[in-house]
Amino acid sequence: MFFTKANKSIALIDSFFNCVDQSVLLFKEGVKNYLYKNTENFNNNLQSLANLEIESDQIRRKIENTLYTQSLMPQLRGDILRLLEELDNLIDLSKKNLFQFDVEIPMVPQELVQDFVKLTQISVSAAESVIPAAKSYFNEPSTVNEKIHRVFFFEKETDVYADVVRRKIFREMPSLKLSEKFHLRYFTLHIENISDTAEKVADLLAIMAIKRIM
Amino acid sequence: MLFLLFITSGLFLGWSLGANDAANVFGTAVGSRMIKFRKAAIIASLFVILGAVLQGTGATETLSSLGSIDAMGGAFTVALCSAIVVTWMTYYKLPVSTSQAIVGAIIGWCFYTSNPVDYKVLTVIAVSWFTGPLLGAIFSGLLYLLMRYYMRRTKTHVLILDSHIRNGLLIVGAFAAFSLGANNVSNVMGVFVNSTSFHINAGPFTFTNTHVLFLLGGLSIAAGILTYSKKVINTVGHGLLEMTPETAIVVVLSQALVLFIFSSTALSDLFVRIGLPAIPLVPVSSTQVIVGALIGIGAIKGIQEIRFKMLGTIMLGWLMTPVLAGLLTFISLFFVNNVFKIDITHKQLTVVTSPAAGPTTTVINLPVNTVLISVTAIALAVMGITAYLYFRHYRSKTAAREYNTRLNEQLQYAELQKSLSEIEIKQVQVENSSLHNRLEEKRKELVNYALNIADQRQFLELTCAALEECCRESDPQKKNSQIREVIRSVKQKMSFTDEIEQIYQQAEHVNDEFPSRLTELSPHLSAQERKLALLLRVGFSSKEIAPLLNISTKSVEIARYRLRKKFDLKKEINLTQFIKTI
Repeated sequence: MFFTKANKSIALIDSFFNCVDQSVLLFKEGVKNYLYKNTENFNNNLQSLANLEIESDQIRRKIENTLYTQSLMPQLRGDILRLLEELDNLIDLSKKNLFQFDVEIPMVPQELVQDFVKLTQISVSAAESVIPAAKSYFNEPSTVNEKIHRVFFFEKETDVYADVVRRKIFREMPSLKLSEKFHLRYFTLHIENISDTAEKVADLLAIMAIKRIM
Repeated sequence: MLFLLFITSGLFLGWSLGANDAANVFGTAVGSRMIKFRKAAIIASLFVILGAVLQGTGATETLSSLGSIDAMGGAFTVALCSAIVVTWMTYYKLPVSTSQAIVGAIIGWCFYTSNPVDYKVLTVIAVSWFTGPLLGAIFSGLLYLLMRYYMRRTKTHVLILDSHIRNGLLIVGAFAAFSLGANNVSNVMGVFVNSTSFHINAGPFTFTNTHVLFLLGGLSIAAGILTYSKKVINTVGHGLLEMTPETAIVVVLSQALVLFIFSSTALSDLFVRIGLPAIPLVPVSSTQVIVGALIGIGAIKGIQEIRFKMLGTIMLGWLMTPVLAGLLTFISLFFVNNVFKIDITHKQLTVVTSPAAGPTTTVINLPVNTVLISVTAIALAVMGITAYLYFRHYRSKTAAREYNTRLNEQLQYAELQKSLSEIEIKQVQVENSSLHNRLEEKRKELVNYALNIADQRQFLELTCAALEECCRESDPQKKNSQIREVIRSVKQKMSFTDEIEQIYQQAEHVNDEFPSRLTELSPHLSAQERKLALLLRVGFSSKEIAPLLNISTKSVEIARYRLRKKFDLKKEINLTQFIKTI
């Protein structure tokens, strides 16, 4: 009875995290479906991601309103809202990137399909690892550091693997036109952006956890 | 009337104390916007008055025994000089405590009037200035550990914790305000108690001068809180008290406990009853107790966070405030007595020759000095041992922590390697599944080829048999008819209907969305035109398309022209390119 407002806000925050989790998973599935030419599934992923983005924006605004109108956590709410914004960026970026696949229809040669799948998986792993860390900030801030370690690792791996893929595109595939190489390079960067954003969230979480740990 | 005039200096001191010390009670709660100022000020004012009225006598008795000021003029001067010193030092942002100012001023009065100073009481008060912050540090350290244990154990959500902290700050703040009123009202009104003697009869109740003075003192502190403390919280309040709400609960509770201990007669009596020494009831500085509490938390969090600068600040306050207040009082009393001809004591003034001149006073002698030195030595020894034990504990804890961190890092590394391997396994699985699909397609193709070969062979065998029969036929008419039959069946076979159908199927398989998109774009295309569009999308030329559609190259060209018309394409647009974009 005493914590009804708090419990509502907790439920909203949890559902926002679920949205982020689903969006990165949809992005992963979407890229895979594009690469394996499962067009129908790809279009479904695209539509789901767009809906999820709208939903997450609504939830974020609700949380923002609740925290300010009920004057909850005056010392922490600035940090928390920034965290939610950064996580929202992750959803926006996933949607934007997947739409770019749909709009620009990059020609990915058969030899590179597996590389793109692996790159997407590693990059999305970074984003997936940031969500448990963000959740533990609210309940157990002392464990945040253990969890964001994975994010940094996957981000680094993504960078390394993206370089490998780009090297392969430019040095080992003479049959590709220069324009096609450029186009593919941009898509490796788009995929890399997901893990970079996850790293930003992890950096923010690290500072926030220090502030909260007694 | 004269009473009210004399008492104004005490009220001013009370107002100044309320304005400054409210920040110690609700500073963080209001500064961090956890509690609204109005609510905090009302609660603080109410509890300060309650504390002053219900529990203000203990510390006042100690101050009275230090130097019993028996004239209103003297009490007025002492309170005024303390208030001036406090205001002046606050203005220049120097460390100041009302308790120390009033003690210094009383000693100044004693020296001027050659009244005896009770050095035993002075020693007790001086020791309490040291033990106050020390107790604050011990309480805050223990409470901090308890709170940290609770928070780590319960894993409460930050929003629920926020509610707990909000309520906690209110309760603890109210308790601290009560203790502040109980302990510090003696600073404000203690000097007037012995110089006045009256009582008020209000029906069944009789209020003594002490009751009235403490009520007025409490009201003056409350007025300071209500009128000026917001400015102090907003300007200087954050300098000392910049801490998280969680830490604020611990610090304010420690402060409240220390002030309560040094002002509760009931607790002191309880100690005596169970055979322990009585607790000295003395006014202590709430700010200095808070600094002690912060140092206690700093010691738990790590030695590097201990605010040694603040420790120096307390020391400076200990030395400067009483000395300045004492000097100012001594000089002021001379003017009040000789210029304004106001009585500052009822005793006959004599030339001060020795501080231990009074007939009923404890004289400064060796035992008191010995007590002072012993207490200091014991305190230093305790501090030394505590510091040594702490450093030893800290070192072993650091080593254990480093070992733990190394193990954790190794574990994390192993986990990450595992995750990476899992990703690689997944990727291989996906690749395998893709290869399996391709293998299946190839197998189907092979089976088709085999069936095709068998079919062709059967057809050729039949054709061969038919031709042999023709050769054996003697009737030319029949022979011609049989040859025509063979030619017809060969021509029929030449149409490659099944093979072409297979090509269409494969082309549709590769471009599975194309037929539906084509229908959407142009719903009135004939079946032949659809086939032509599909073959153009796959990349066949007109020459290659002609046999597949069983028409001549020229007819393919005409069909292409008709298709362009149906798509309504301009001259500069290439038909094949257009079809590929569908």
